[in-house]
Amino acid sequence: MSYQETATAILDEETHDAINVDRTKGDFTFPERNKFDAGWGLSSKTVDYICDVKQDPDWVREFRHKALAVFESKPMPTHWATEDLNNIHFDKIRYYLSDGEKPKRTWDEVPAEILETFERLGIPEQERAFLAGVEAQYDSEAAYSNMKEELTKQGVIFVTSAEGLKEHEEIFRPWFGKVIPTGDNKFSALNSAVFSGGSFIYIPKGVKLKQPLQAYFRINSESFGQFERTLIIADEGSEVMYMEGCTAPKFETATLHSAVVELVALKGAKIQYITVQNWSSNVFNLVTKRGLAMEDAEVRWIDCNIGSRLTMKYPGVVMKGERARGEVISIALANTGQHQDTGAKMIHAANNTTSNVVSKSISVGQGRSTYRGQVHIPKHLKGCKNNTECDALLINSNSRTDTYPAITVKGNRHATQHEASVSQVSEEMLFYMQQRGLDQGQAMSLAVNGFINDLVREFPMEYSVELKRLIDLEMEGSVG
Amino acid sequence: MSLKINNLQATLENGTEILKGVNLEIPAGEIHAIMGPNGSGKSTLSKVISGHESYIVTAGNILLDGVDLSEMSIDERSRAGIFLAFQYPNEVPGVSNANFIRAALQARLPKGEEIDAVGYYKSLYEKMDLLEMDRKFTGRAVNEGFSGGEKKRNEILQMMMLEPKYCILDETDSGLDIDALKIVAKGVNAMRSPDRGMLLITHYQRLLDYIKPDHVHVMSEGRIVKSGGPELALELEENGYDFLKEPALV
Repeated sequence: MSYQETATAILDEETHDAINVDRTKGDFTFPERNKFDAGWGLSSKTVDYICDVKQDPDWVREFRHKALAVFESKPMPTHWATEDLNNIHFDKIRYYLSDGEKPKRTWDEVPAEILETFERLGIPEQERAFLAGVEAQYDSEAAYSNMKEELTKQGVIFVTSAEGLKEHEEIFRPWFGKVIPTGDNKFSALNSAVFSGGSFIYIPKGVKLKQPLQAYFRINSESFGQFERTLIIADEGSEVMYMEGCTAPKFETATLHSAVVELVALKGAKIQYITVQNWSSNVFNLVTKRGLAMEDAEVRWIDCNIGSRLTMKYPGVVMKGERARGEVISIALANTGQHQDTGAKMIHAANNTTSNVVSKSISVGQGRSTYRGQVHIPKHLKGCKNNTECDALLINSNSRTDTYPAITVKGNRHATQHEASVSQVSEEMLFYMQQRGLDQGQAMSLAVNGFINDLVREFPMEYSVELKRLIDLEMEGSVG
Repeated sequence: MSLKINNLQATLENGTEILKGVNLEIPAGEIHAIMGPNGSGKSTLSKVISGHESYIVTAGNILLDGVDLSEMSIDERSRAGIFLAFQYPNEVPGVSNANFIRAALQARLPKGEEIDAVGYYKSLYEKMDLLEMDRKFTGRAVNEGFSGGEKKRNEILQMMMLEPKYCILDETDSGLDIDALKIVAKGVNAMRSPDRGMLLITHYQRLLDYIKPDHVHVMSEGRIVKSGGPELALELEENGYDFLKEPALV
């Protein structure tokens, strides 16, 4: 029985169970589903619809409309990025579907690989039920809501962006759109026009969270665009770790995910932002992420991209205060039909700031991975340091990797170093591993896990376990 | 019970003939040594037995306890009981020795069964102690930054952990100083068993001082050209391979 046949067999059994789950839970939990749907395409009417539904304050409505104009005025960045962007048809996307949106899919439309993944990841029964349409329950918030009470007492705010801008305007508004201005790029403008969902987090002075905050983003509907907006503010001397995961079903049509994430680490604060992106291979994942690090503050992006059709994401850190530190640790795996175009932006804007970029990419089959790095150290500064390492592993002879580092260092009072390598899993190495009894898939998985091993250690335990499993699944499907 | 090689002929992908009809039977419980000059096909023989895909078997077969290996993949042959100690063991960057050996053992278990971690480490440490390997070896990436001697010891460690039915040691003695050679030999001798056959491929008599073979074969130009007892190795040591050039033997 081939891999595909096995998966299909499981699907049929699961289809039956899932439909039952859907009927009971769906009717009970969401009596008002299907209520809010902005329809197809994007216009100022769409923006108004979203504002009305969300009951946005006027300043937000204005912000959105301005952003729409910027989005419309900006060309696709295909002069440097892939032409595949032209395959996004903005008029064939639905920009807003409320929580209660009735799922159009049934279980037998869910691809076997997603189901198989869920089975093997051991996602609990109620989370699996989300695929049948119980979206709001899937965000993994329940698991962390127990902490909410405790955090609230400490003055921590962890709410949706909508709640943030309304209930906490005095903290939210001064930073919103400041780290990533609307016009940063075409997709940050798009997000600014139609954003919905995402988190607003505020950590008060000196509060150090021992446990991470977690969000799980899932796309459930076809031809849908997800545009969450996250703003995290860590006040002086505070510490927070935020983890996000994401998946989506694989539909016939393209799905768009375009988030904006802004981090603000005030004096001496530390923010770690961890992503495990496992979108299905029909998703365009075009995300803008940037952090601002003030004096002695630290912003770390730990970014793992396994899924999507095309990902373009270059997490950045603007080191605005003296001795600020920025770090990007990224892992990308591009299988056939995927392009992981990732990297980092390190903007040094104060003396004695330090940045570190470690990027590892794996290209499998006809998969393509691209690294784009930007390091900027202006002439008037002194004592800035950057270290950049990017390593690529090619699994097959037709796999592809490209590296585009752009390091601008002016003045001679700085230290930068850049290392890059490309390696392959050689036939002899595979022979060695297979001679010990590992089949080709197991041998490949082991080689790939070995390649990224030092980076996986940077992930919290539960995520590194998930990561290894996801990679095993990818490798298993790609060989033999 | 034996590893039996019948009229084995193999070529490279480009058609170059390397093995031209090898006949050899290694019964369980015996140690055989193959000696011979460079380029005689000794290493190729070990790779072909293992199922290396760069070689095409054009005639003959290999029987493991009567089971034909022809249709079996490299890993299937391994799990069936073939172990090859490599002349040049490969590095597996980022994968620790302990995880590598564990994965190899895990691959031998039925689906759903997990290796007992406590028992595993106990067994691993015992064998490492015998091979005088530092405990730090477990955490180091497979063969990465290992000295020649460390790599060879690591091969023997893996062999001891996997407990194969038939062991093929390809020039395990090359690049070893005398102390390391003794340690490696100790490991190999500890593996001697009535249930296990071994094939030592070597250039030198030296290894055979420490691991006593039951039979010695001489390989030349893709064939076994002479077989005898342990004394044959001493003879070769003394007289070299010049006799191969005598027309009568070709």
